Amino acid sequence: MQLDRLPLNQIAVIRSIDWESLPDQEGHRLRSLGFEPGVAIEALHKGILLWRDPLAVRIGRMTVALRTKVAAAIDCEISA
Amino acid sequence: MTQMPPLVALVGNPNAGKSALFNALTGARQKIANYPGVTVERKSGRASFSDGRPVEMIDLPGAYSLDPDSLDEAVTRDVVLGNLAGHRRPDALVIVLDAGNLDNHLRFALELIAQGLPTVVALNMIDLAERDGLRLDAQALARALGVPVIETVAVRRRGLEPLMAQLDQILKAPRPVTEPVAISVGAQNQRARDIARAAIVSETAGRQWTRRLDAILLHPVGGVVILLSLLFLMFQAVYGWSEAPIGWIESGFAWLSDGIKNVMPDGLLRSFLTDGVIAGVGSVVVFLPQILILFLFILLLEASGYMTRAAFVMDRMMAAVGLSGHSFIPLLSSFACAIPGIMATRTIMDQKERLATILIAPLMTCSARLPVYTVIIGAFIPASTVGLGIGLQGLVLFGLYIAGILGAMLAAAVIQRFVTQSRTSSFLIEMPRYQWPRLGDIAINLWQRAWVFLRRAGTIIFAATIVLWALLSFPKAPDGSNVSQVEYSVAGRIADGLEPIVSPIGFNHDIALAIIPAMAAREVAVSALATVYAIDAADEDAAATSLGPKLAADWSLATALAFLAWFVFAPQCISTIAVTRRETNGWKWPIFMVSYLFVLAYAAAGITYWTARSFGL
Repeated sequence: MQLDRLPLNQIAVIRSIDWESLPDQEGHRLRSLGFEPGVAIEALHKGILLWRDPLAVRIGRMTVALRTKVAAAIDCEISA
Repeated sequence: MTQMPPLVALVGNPNAGKSALFNALTGARQKIANYPGVTVERKSGRASFSDGRPVEMIDLPGAYSLDPDSLDEAVTRDVVLGNLAGHRRPDALVIVLDAGNLDNHLRFALELIAQGLPTVVALNMIDLAERDGLRLDAQALARALGVPVIETVAVRRRGLEPLMAQLDQILKAPRPVTEPVAISVGAQNQRARDIARAAIVSETAGRQWTRRLDAILLHPVGGVVILLSLLFLMFQAVYGWSEAPIGWIESGFAWLSDGIKNVMPDGLLRSFLTDGVIAGVGSVVVFLPQILILFLFILLLEASGYMTRAAFVMDRMMAAVGLSGHSFIPLLSSFACAIPGIMATRTIMDQKERLATILIAPLMTCSARLPVYTVIIGAFIPASTVGLGIGLQGLVLFGLYIAGILGAMLAAAVIQRFVTQSRTSSFLIEMPRYQWPRLGDIAINLWQRAWVFLRRAGTIIFAATIVLWALLSFPKAPDGSNVSQVEYSVAGRIADGLEPIVSPIGFNHDIALAIIPAMAAREVAVSALATVYAIDAADEDAAATSLGPKLAADWSLATALAFLAWFVFAPQCISTIAVTRRETNGWKWPIFMVSYLFVLAYAAAGITYWTARSFGL
């Protein structure tokens, strides 16, 4: 399931990241923030007013804000 | 024998509490300058070992890795690797880790340790980690990393002595400098996670303050309401809280001026001191309280961790004009002053977005414009209410801020569409845990801002005031002439030349005179007007009444409104142009910026003037 579709407060694990679809800079920053296959992730908050964008997620022990377009490149698996 | 004290660099991820540790170690003995050749701010200070030997500390910009994706990160890399020309390589590193965020911060730490410099790790914010239910084993971490690890709580000054003692030890007996070890990024990250897991003794569900607060502050509706309320409170405070201290400063300068008038005979020197120096510098220093209140809010928002939440809330709206939440922070800082605002754009990854943000930053109503607004509004807008206890004057001021913001949004949309031709913006940012700001750190920062402002008042503004006073005082109008001194002076004649250009937008002779020195610093427009009227005043009594009533008597309302509109888009102060040139590496963008702002200012003033005239004002 893509990260932008992940229900809120649902713990998941990153399965893969489609680095090709991301601009170099965003890919680089994503890596330096610790986004990698195998890392636990959880969607916490979604957007403001009527927009469902940006997204706040917990990765490792950190909260990171990102846009849904980037989140769509991250494939997650809900852990049982 | 003089020997340079050892140089120790504090380095770590953003939000690891690096600056707090730096403040705790060096106290107020700090120096702010730039790194050689770049405009990144270099903070250095002296700390000392237990026996009093000094050590020079530098606070490197926060970074995620030695593979930079911003200018700040590049400086950190270059200093650590000893590649920054004109800057010596540190003798040792203090790696600052957020104890509550080891999984992420250890990656960079491993990369730094691999560089082979003598290193101590400060396991910082250990109290917050414990609050969140985390127990860590510092010894296990030290063994895994191969360098000493000291637990610290910078904001409570915990662990500082052991840290300095350990630093002393590794500087005396450095481990052999090893060649950097190259391992793959993936393997490094895996190793970082393994070490973090091994260092965590136990983990219980903590109170998770941050998550609970975020549920409120990032609420789709509530979050927006809270942000707007905070901004409203901030601007209210800028005016409400500053009244009393402004009064004190004003009486101080009046006392000084009267004192000089009492002890000195009337003459050129007395005129120079009272009409030139005191009237000019005093009219600017008076705004120090407002500027400090504005900075106080911005510093509190940053130190508490809320600033990135504000960026989150604003991201969608900024995206509408091709920017992102990243731009919000520099733009908010620009309300205090465009210079720190423009420098804060360095954290924006996307270079086109960064450029667009720099170009619109001067449209945010900076504190230097306040003196101008306050004087004109005070003179021309009646102090009545429009109902619900809302004052008309405040409403006009609010309108001027909004006009600046709307102008900026419009400019951003046009610039991103046609100038930078950027198709997308991006928003990707770490949101730190909330923490209670430490007043000592805020105080140090505020003091630094106040000092920068006073230095400006004492140099640029002082010089501009003196030049202006001289231009206004010479040549002397002959006795019995029916031409006033101001008209007769050099400045009056320059203004004569400028008048045909600005009279179509309703500007009179005084304004033509005031907008030239306003290029040096916007607030000089007020001191220029004050000087003009002080010199022109026929007698002491006339000079003693304040500027506002004089303007109200001399200017039409349409002219006053046009003057305000001009200042919304006002031509730059020279410092802003200089910082834009430095940040964009050339003259192309500052020239573009000045031109488009001049056109906007001229058009806005003209439209305002003729609209007001058509309503018979």
